[in-house]
Amino acid sequence: MRASRNGNILQHVDWVTIGLFLALTIFGWLNIYGASYTFDQTSIFDFSNRAGKQFMWIIGSVVLGGILLLIDYKTYDVLAYVAYGAMVLLLLATPFLAHDIKGSLSWISLGPVSLQPAEFAKCIVALAVAKYMGRYDYKIRTWRDLIVPFALIGVPALIIMVLQKETGSALVFAAFLLVFYRQGMSGYVLWIGVAAVALFIISIRWGGLALPWGTGSVGILTCMLLLTSIEIYFICKEHKMRWQPLILTGSVIMIYAICLLVNIWVSVPFDWVSMGVVVALVIYNIFVSLYWRKYMLLIVAAFTLFCIGYTHACDFVFQKVLQPHQRIRIEVLLGMKEDPAGAGYNVNQARIAVGSGRFFGKGYLNGTQTKLQFVPEQDTDFIFCTVGEEWGFVGSFGVLLVYLLFILRLIEIAERQRNVSTQIYAYAVASIFLFHLTINVGMVLGLLPVIGIPLPFFSYGGSSLWGFTLLLFILLRLDAARMEQLR
Amino acid sequence: MINDQYYRRRFVISGIAVVVVLVYIIRLFYLQVIDQSTKDQADNNALVKQTIYPSRGLIYDRNGELLVFNQPIYEITMTMRDMGKEWDTTGFCKCLQISRAEFDERIAEIKDRKKNRGYSRWTPQVFMSQLKKEDIATLQEALFLYPGIQIQKRTLRDYTYKAAAHVLGSVGEVNQNDIDRDPYYTRGDYSGRDGLERTYEQQLRGEKGVEVLMRDSRGRMQGSYQNGELDKTAVAGTDLYTTLDIHLQMLAEELLAGKIGSAVAIEPKTGEILALVSNPSWNPKVLVGKERSKNYNALLKDKTKPLMNRATQAMYPPGSTFKTIQALVCLEEGGITPQTLYPCSGPGSSPIKCTHHHGSPVALDKAIEQSCNPYFWCAFRDVLQKDGYGKDNEDFRRRYEIWRNDVMSFGLGQKFTDSDISEQSSGSIPSTKYFDRCYGKTGWKAITIRSLSIGQGEILVTPLQLANQAATIANEGYYISPHLNKNDSMRIHRHNLAIQKKHFETVKDGMHRVMVYGTGRHHAVDSLHMAGKTGTAQNSHGRDHAIFIGFAPVEDPKIAVAVVVENAGFGATWAAPVASMMMEQYLTGTMKRKDLKQRIAGTVLNESVKKW
Repeated sequence: MRASRNGNILQHVDWVTIGLFLALTIFGWLNIYGASYTFDQTSIFDFSNRAGKQFMWIIGSVVLGGILLLIDYKTYDVLAYVAYGAMVLLLLATPFLAHDIKGSLSWISLGPVSLQPAEFAKCIVALAVAKYMGRYDYKIRTWRDLIVPFALIGVPALIIMVLQKETGSALVFAAFLLVFYRQGMSGYVLWIGVAAVALFIISIRWGGLALPWGTGSVGILTCMLLLTSIEIYFICKEHKMRWQPLILTGSVIMIYAICLLVNIWVSVPFDWVSMGVVVALVIYNIFVSLYWRKYMLLIVAAFTLFCIGYTHACDFVFQKVLQPHQRIRIEVLLGMKEDPAGAGYNVNQARIAVGSGRFFGKGYLNGTQTKLQFVPEQDTDFIFCTVGEEWGFVGSFGVLLVYLLFILRLIEIAERQRNVSTQIYAYAVASIFLFHLTINVGMVLGLLPVIGIPLPFFSYGGSSLWGFTLLLFILLRLDAARMEQLR
Repeated sequence: MINDQYYRRRFVISGIAVVVVLVYIIRLFYLQVIDQSTKDQADNNALVKQTIYPSRGLIYDRNGELLVFNQPIYEITMTMRDMGKEWDTTGFCKCLQISRAEFDERIAEIKDRKKNRGYSRWTPQVFMSQLKKEDIATLQEALFLYPGIQIQKRTLRDYTYKAAAHVLGSVGEVNQNDIDRDPYYTRGDYSGRDGLERTYEQQLRGEKGVEVLMRDSRGRMQGSYQNGELDKTAVAGTDLYTTLDIHLQMLAEELLAGKIGSAVAIEPKTGEILALVSNPSWNPKVLVGKERSKNYNALLKDKTKPLMNRATQAMYPPGSTFKTIQALVCLEEGGITPQTLYPCSGPGSSPIKCTHHHGSPVALDKAIEQSCNPYFWCAFRDVLQKDGYGKDNEDFRRRYEIWRNDVMSFGLGQKFTDSDISEQSSGSIPSTKYFDRCYGKTGWKAITIRSLSIGQGEILVTPLQLANQAATIANEGYYISPHLNKNDSMRIHRHNLAIQKKHFETVKDGMHRVMVYGTGRHHAVDSLHMAGKTGTAQNSHGRDHAIFIGFAPVEDPKIAVAVVVENAGFGATWAAPVASMMMEQYLTGTMKRKDLKQRIAGTVLNESVKKW
């Protein structure tokens, strides 16, 4: 019986994913060797260097993958909540057991190796969320249905961010928003996220820039105009009246025109005018929603009012809440500060390393920037630099393409599940990988601020590799069992 | 999943993944294909180009005696970035025996971007240069204590003799102009600034080598880049063998001490310059190294203008030495024959008078011997008036033009453009146009320009041209452009004169008589069969210039000499003995007339002349 079931597993396991996984891992390993390659270099299998150690981790990871495939698929569902509880306790305990590594309290030493529990938390949270949202009576109808899922991801995220001071690992839980979205959470939540980022960037970047006419700042005015457009869009959408967009847009334009005219004689405080316009629209909005009983509009009104406050709070958050090193990373990214020797050093060196690879790259083990260690953390968070420098555009393009195929394959797997719980778990896996890829490569390419999270399968490190292995092979095990689950 | 109302959201999520990857690929394309700046930045990061300086070619005299060679000097450079906080400044200052204040001042200078445009914390900056071996010995041993400090070996010129400063020239740091003109140079390089060092810069400098090294992020050198594929070894400069006879040169310099003047000796058959002396001069060692600019400025301020190479740049009226050319041209153009007689006094010779007492009338040989002014005036006049004056002075002016061309064929009135002497003046033989401008086309006659007949007036020549003139007469009708590189390639610059050989024999005979019976007789060495002609050039700067040209032996001349001593008086008194002693030295290898040498060398004619 047992033998035939194992045979079934080998038949039903998704070999495409395993192939992509092995391709990425082995290519990553070669690049770790390249990144840590110096002049008196030893063999790629020498355990005293990082490539040798990574080889050990990879062997471990393959063994781990095999074991995961052998475990009964029901185990993961059964143990999900227990594991979650244990994991929260471990995360809570970690800061007290950990020793400080560059300000982070997330590493626990176990003899010769260190483990980062946060890397394994992703998988366990995903299982718990999948179990909760996969119940047969669960459906996202109102926002109340999302309280528990948000709590499930929020608790570990907060512990990691506040107690362990690992902002990057905590941010990864934002990937679950995509999972919720797939399961029926309103798309507006994603838009709110986009709007929050946009408002934040605009108010930080141009908040201090004075308008060429009148008084006020470019940043605030732009934010307010954005909110004005959102208000008009929703009012018109809910009413479906043809003349309303014209009248609303027309009046707003009129108001600004009059202000510009008055500005010739008296300096107009455009910050206040634009805010007044938004508030006026909100009041109109509330009035309309009560009159027509369109309560959806009330949410929009509340959101808009919140955004007005948020816009003004951004500066405060930026200056007071963020850590100085985080603030400077954002300033460097937005081009507000140039600091090629300090905070901008990594980003600048990464850009040079990647750019100097040109089209075909400098060749394996021939990257000068890599070999001479100009990019810090180049075998962990900045490993993509080595790819860029030694394999050029061709190689980087190839790696990104394989990653895309890998993620699309995971989505494909998710979609073929009959079990909701497995589908949710699969989306969690796909979203987490997508999030890591986006943040990590975006950071190396200078498009996103420096957030220290690893590039799955590439960055050196046992915890992250095993964490991702756990995430992936549990999915493969559940997927292999999809025929047995009918619900 | 059946009845999944959110089914289509899978495409939104897939779409997000596709868009992210697409954006990143575009960004990669920009960074790796479009943006070209990163390549250089990466090279700046990782590659250090270290220049390897070649040793400059040596300079020898015609007998293989070493004149110019290289001495090692050391340069201390510092890379600010590598000097940590713990850097032991006090110890460093002690090693170099400088004070802390000097150290701080120098550092401030290095960091001042106004003075030091290429300053960078990452590249080595010159801290001190031109140090002797003993200056850096202490530091060299303790170098490992001072990260960021490097000692680089360069070379400076050194000289065996204190002679021939003008000819050899000097080496100095290149200026912005040189860098712009020749990409070979970079700031801090040296190049020949004047003399032979400048003329043969390309040959002497060799070729710089370069070593491309890799430097890691902490500034440590990590060996050569691409196994040294881009490296280039330095090619040492090629040695230069000059035509100078350094002992002849030194004798002439000694004899001219305390006087302003010059002496040039040429081997007539080859045009090789045996000696090229200009006084006042300086010890070439003073324009080397740290003291160079200070001493250069002092030389520049000296009122006697030592930096000017008088042998090739000063212009004097040739005086009576010009009579040799006058005789040749007049013979060739049919104005006179060797037998033609002119009276030394009386209305025929007016207004030119003779300065010596001799029988009258005289023929050409005697006229040269006695330097008879009226004879040459009459001959000059008869040549110019041979066809009369003609309409609008045409015939006379044409005759003058022919005469001028003949004179210029001796190399006068122009630079030796095919020579390797970098600093030359052209001298002047006035043109027809010049006189037309002064007097109008019809306003000048033979009598107007009578001073030319005896080498006065508007004629100006350089000592080099005078020596070449002597060589031309010695060669009986040709000269090879005087040059300093003892290399056969220079001998092809042969210039033949359109004057018959027999005329030269007449003139040579006259010049021999000068040394036997005439103005040069007191300083002749009979056994050497010298020929010569003295000159005493009137000028507007004070006493007459003493001039002498000559060659020896008459039958087969081995050396031609010209000597000019400014404001010294008679050519026979001051220039002839110098030339005579030079000829003796060169032909016999020694100079036996020690008393004469002592007398001439010991006489100071110009108090302000200083030996540097």
